Amino acid sequence: MTRRGYLPILLVLAVLALLPFAVTSNVVLNFVVFVLIITLAAQGWNLLGGVGGQSSFGHAAFFGTGAYVSAILQVRFGINAWVATAVAVAAGAAVGWIIGFLSFRAGLRGSYFALVTLAFAEVLRILANAAGFTGGAAGLLMKLDVGFWNMQFTSRAAFLWLALGFVAVGLIVSQMIANSRFGAQLVAVRENEEAARALGVDVLSVKLKAITVSAALTAVAGCLYLQYFLYIDANIAYGLWISVEALLAPMVGGRGLVLGPIIGAFTLHGLGEASKLLAGRVPGIDLAAYGAVLILVVAFAPGGVLGLLRKLRFRSQPVAKTAEETA
Amino acid sequence: MYSLPIVAEAMLNGLLTGAVYALIALGLTLVYGVLHIINFAHGAFLTCAMFAVWLANTFLGLDPYLAILPLTLIFFAIGYAVQRFVIGPASHGDDGNILLITLGLSIVIENALLAGFRSDTRSLMTDYSFNVFEVGPLLISQARLFGFLGAVVVTGLLWLLLAATDTGKAIRAVAKEKLGARLVGINVSHVFAVTFGIGCATLAIAACLLMPTFYVNPRVGGAFVLVAFTIVVLGGMGSITGALIGGLFIGVVESLCGLFLGESLGQIGIFIIFILVLLFRPTGLFGARA
Repeated sequence: MTRRGYLPILLVLAVLALLPFAVTSNVVLNFVVFVLIITLAAQGWNLLGGVGGQSSFGHAAFFGTGAYVSAILQVRFGINAWVATAVAVAAGAAVGWIIGFLSFRAGLRGSYFALVTLAFAEVLRILANAAGFTGGAAGLLMKLDVGFWNMQFTSRAAFLWLALGFVAVGLIVSQMIANSRFGAQLVAVRENEEAARALGVDVLSVKLKAITVSAALTAVAGCLYLQYFLYIDANIAYGLWISVEALLAPMVGGRGLVLGPIIGAFTLHGLGEASKLLAGRVPGIDLAAYGAVLILVVAFAPGGVLGLLRKLRFRSQPVAKTAEETA
Repeated sequence: MYSLPIVAEAMLNGLLTGAVYALIALGLTLVYGVLHIINFAHGAFLTCAMFAVWLANTFLGLDPYLAILPLTLIFFAIGYAVQRFVIGPASHGDDGNILLITLGLSIVIENALLAGFRSDTRSLMTDYSFNVFEVGPLLISQARLFGFLGAVVVTGLLWLLLAATDTGKAIRAVAKEKLGARLVGINVSHVFAVTFGIGCATLAIAACLLMPTFYVNPRVGGAFVLVAFTIVVLGGMGSITGALIGGLFIGVVESLCGLFLGESLGQIGIFIIFILVLLFRPTGLFGARA
């Protein structure tokens, strides 16, 4: 175990934590909280899709399970928000393990894995939309009851720090994994599954561990979304939008890198807001910009924003890519 | 509980819908078979084509069935250009990249349509939209029967194209062995683009056959594309006959699930089949490759 890589994380966290002292605009704080929630979902995706190379198109399955389990526990059973969140995250992790167990054991990878995760998320969406205890198509509305124990805050800053706390946990977990033996095994599976197996890596168990942690992180994002907006329905919680958000941010920021998701989420949503300002109130224009950014990144900057920065820094000397660096 | 004519009518309706599903899946399976990519932008191109039909009808007064020929040509050209000048160069030949590029394309197209047309749902009013044939106790919508026949004819033509023409031979050669095809003088990136163009052209036909009885809004393609994925996986990726049979089967499954489980759960049967096929027989029922 090394202590490498924690300094940049600390810097990013410090800047965001001090933000509420510099800015009081609710619009800006709202924006930051929303982007932090997306960051959490993206950190989950990055662990499985970025570090492990198993691109999922259905992280909505974990986001939605987190949100729904937490909402049902609080609305129907009156359980404390913090306990509900903990149970919901465990439920999200369990769903991740089950989906992983079924699809990895069947040997699905690449496009097939992407499609099967998409299908699982769709099944959950249709079920949540039709079942009674999930509120059906009307969704679930939480009671507004501000207080620490209900995880509801009047000040946007308080919620920002809460979300940032979870993002910090996500960053530290990602960095610990990147520095660990498990992280190296995961990268080995991404680069060449057969070779990893030949070297004695238990591929199935490495992938299962990755998808479980990944699902848990994304489930936290679902829980936070619920606590912040106090309303979910099937198209929000299990919708394709969150699967795409979770995938886009790491791709744009830097796939497989610890800081990739947070950099990517802020870049994307910053660009989205900018295009909204430029184009006025045209619906869909920010999303069209995301799509264009995705195409441009894949075409011209496969390493994402962080990859570009690194290229600029090391322009004179060739970049040596070690497993730990790319993780 | 359910009388025989109702079940029979549901099955018949399922077959009619299923044929159009098959037509949509046809382009997807062809592109997969040759380029080995899953085209996430397929649904967005379908939405584009449906808007094109709507525009042609509303502003030029062009009947959807007469629009088939010009739109097929236009969409072939669009598909050719997109593959040749966007997807091909941007992906650097990596399959994972192509998946992401087509995802990006679908996001751009869908939201550009949303910006241009807003989220209103539009439909065509033709004087034959509600005509029916009466067969015994069953009523069959004329427009949907035409859709069925059109889909079957196009499938046949596509099969002929692949089996009997030089272009078809080149496409099959590239699908089997890219390097070998290049060595015998086939222009691989041209064949890729032609294949992608054909995929888009079948979507234009599907849109013309759909529009007399269906509606269009910027998100409509998404509903079709997931169904099309299921059909492609069920029929075996790259198999034309598999797509046709899979499409008809899925149409019937959806229709019966809707009848027995209620409208909101109608599509769940499709996704459960999808997951089961992927987990237990990922090569599909007619697929040859692993």
